[in-house]
Amino acid sequence: MDRDNSIAVSTRGLRKQFGGNGARVEALRGVNFQARLGELTFIVGPSGCGKTTLLSVITGLLDPTAGEVGLFGEAIHRLSASQQIEFRRKNLGFVFQQYNLLPALTAAENAAVPLIASGMSWTEAVAKAKELLDHLGLADRRDALPSKLSGGEQQRVAIARALVHEPRLVVCDEPTAALDHATGEKVMDLLAANAVHPDRAVIVVTHDSRVFQYADVIAEMDDGRIVKTQEKKRSEVYA
Amino acid sequence: MNFIALKMLTGDRAKYLGLIFAIAFCTFLLENQTSIFAGILRRTGSQILDVSDADIWVMDLKTEYFEQTKALKDTDVNRVRGVEGVQWAVRLFKGNPIARTLDGKFASCFALGLDDATLTGVPHKMLLGSWERLREPDAIVLDKAGYILLFPGEPLQIDRTLELNDHKAVIVGISDASAPFLSNPVIHTRYSQAVNFVGRERTQLSYVLVKAATGVRPQEVTRRIEAQTGLRARTTDEFRWDCIRYYLKNTGIPVNFGITIAIAVIVGTVVAGQTFYLFTLENLKQFGALKAIGVTNGRLTRMVLLQAITVGAVGFSFGTGLAALFFEITLREIATRGLVLMWQNVLITGGCIMLVIVIASLLSIRRVVVLEPAEVFRG
Repeated sequence: MDRDNSIAVSTRGLRKQFGGNGARVEALRGVNFQARLGELTFIVGPSGCGKTTLLSVITGLLDPTAGEVGLFGEAIHRLSASQQIEFRRKNLGFVFQQYNLLPALTAAENAAVPLIASGMSWTEAVAKAKELLDHLGLADRRDALPSKLSGGEQQRVAIARALVHEPRLVVCDEPTAALDHATGEKVMDLLAANAVHPDRAVIVVTHDSRVFQYADVIAEMDDGRIVKTQEKKRSEVYA
Repeated sequence: MNFIALKMLTGDRAKYLGLIFAIAFCTFLLENQTSIFAGILRRTGSQILDVSDADIWVMDLKTEYFEQTKALKDTDVNRVRGVEGVQWAVRLFKGNPIARTLDGKFASCFALGLDDATLTGVPHKMLLGSWERLREPDAIVLDKAGYILLFPGEPLQIDRTLELNDHKAVIVGISDASAPFLSNPVIHTRYSQAVNFVGRERTQLSYVLVKAATGVRPQEVTRRIEAQTGLRARTTDEFRWDCIRYYLKNTGIPVNFGITIAIAVIVGTVVAGQTFYLFTLENLKQFGALKAIGVTNGRLTRMVLLQAITVGAVGFSFGTGLAALFFEITLREIATRGLVLMWQNVLITGGCIMLVIVIASLLSIRRVVVLEPAEVFRG
């Protein structure tokens, strides 16, 4: 595995097959990928090219068929199931396309879920989540149920949930797909401003070309392979 | 995480209330039907239990239950008295005369003729009058339910007369006798009086009531009586259970109640199980998100179990409350008097509800456990 301290995620020769015999589908065909700390790395490409599968394997939600996956120098696919869960709970934050907020919990309670799952008391976790929501501009919406929030607000709550436990890797699956352009940009602004941190890597899977400007690195996938990697200067874009 | 599980459960009010209703309905039906079933079976031995003075009932060898009697010989009383361990033995007559009031209202009665000298077997719960007056000519004690049946809408009153198989009878007392199996009026009178009411036959003696001597176990005395007289002797409790077993074996009662109870369990399981499973399915995305975040299968299983147990406990409590209310109301009715919600039935129903909950939650737990957390990425 890569011992370069700036490398958060690295894969080598990563393969993933689904099904068996006649119905076998090869979703990843030897992917070599890296994501560095302090950077916003985009994985882009057409639907069905393997982006989400790559994200699932990187985060330990799926086991690779072959190849190596390293997260902060740890071969996650070699860990036991319980170690993987523990690793995810401590080190990973997730932002999903459909937000996946718990409908019965308020915005603050939803954002507090990773802390509660780690054993923090309910009161302490919700208080910490409220602070973060205030920071993300949702001070007046923190006691609202998801059904009372707009799509953009829900995604901001989801970002708060991904950041509240201060993970070292944040993965976002199509975070703007369910949002209109203006709201999508606001969400990406928020993500770029709050998620990117010298000790943290952020991976965004998207095929929404309108938000590519936020990327430091864009890895383009096609047919289960990384076909192109493009480094950008995000700071210049903002300037 | 437990609080999250409970919030998930109660967040969808309609489904939550639907689940509570299904369990409460199932509980009510089970407790109601099993208690009525047990109460009816208890009635088959009511008159046996009411005779609290005696320990042992002696009867013809072929007698299987209380209603079925073959008369013994009058000399059998003395034969029983001669058995070692018998403190005393007295006669008991059982017959079914027709009672008719002056208004022409009539009913088939359940008449018990008590030993003239001792009045053993007299009802101890008197509502009006006195059982000591049974020594008077034509005297009878009628139970309250029988009085209401024969004199509907009239206040309880003693010294009224009625006819028993065309013989004059005077009501000297009104008792609170336990309801018999068929809810007939229960009449207590002297043995000599009862055989007159019913009509003399060659043999009249229905039962011999026996008290075991101090220090001798009634079971031992029954064994000795059977060995020495060739008659059948049963302790009060054994005879009561004989009656229950007879009705269980020879009537449609267990089948009828069994079907209702089975339907309650099946419908409860299906409705509660399906609603709970649908509730879990609708939350599958959220469970997937929790899995991805790092919540273990064990913890998710505990969450689902907590939800199921909560639904079960709340539904069971409501159902038991409803059943208690039902019996509180029906206890005051003449026809359903004596039918109560027994703690044993509450316990058995609790077990059944737990089974329903386990079945309902197993499917949901399985669905959550096999859920691939990567599913959460699929829009």
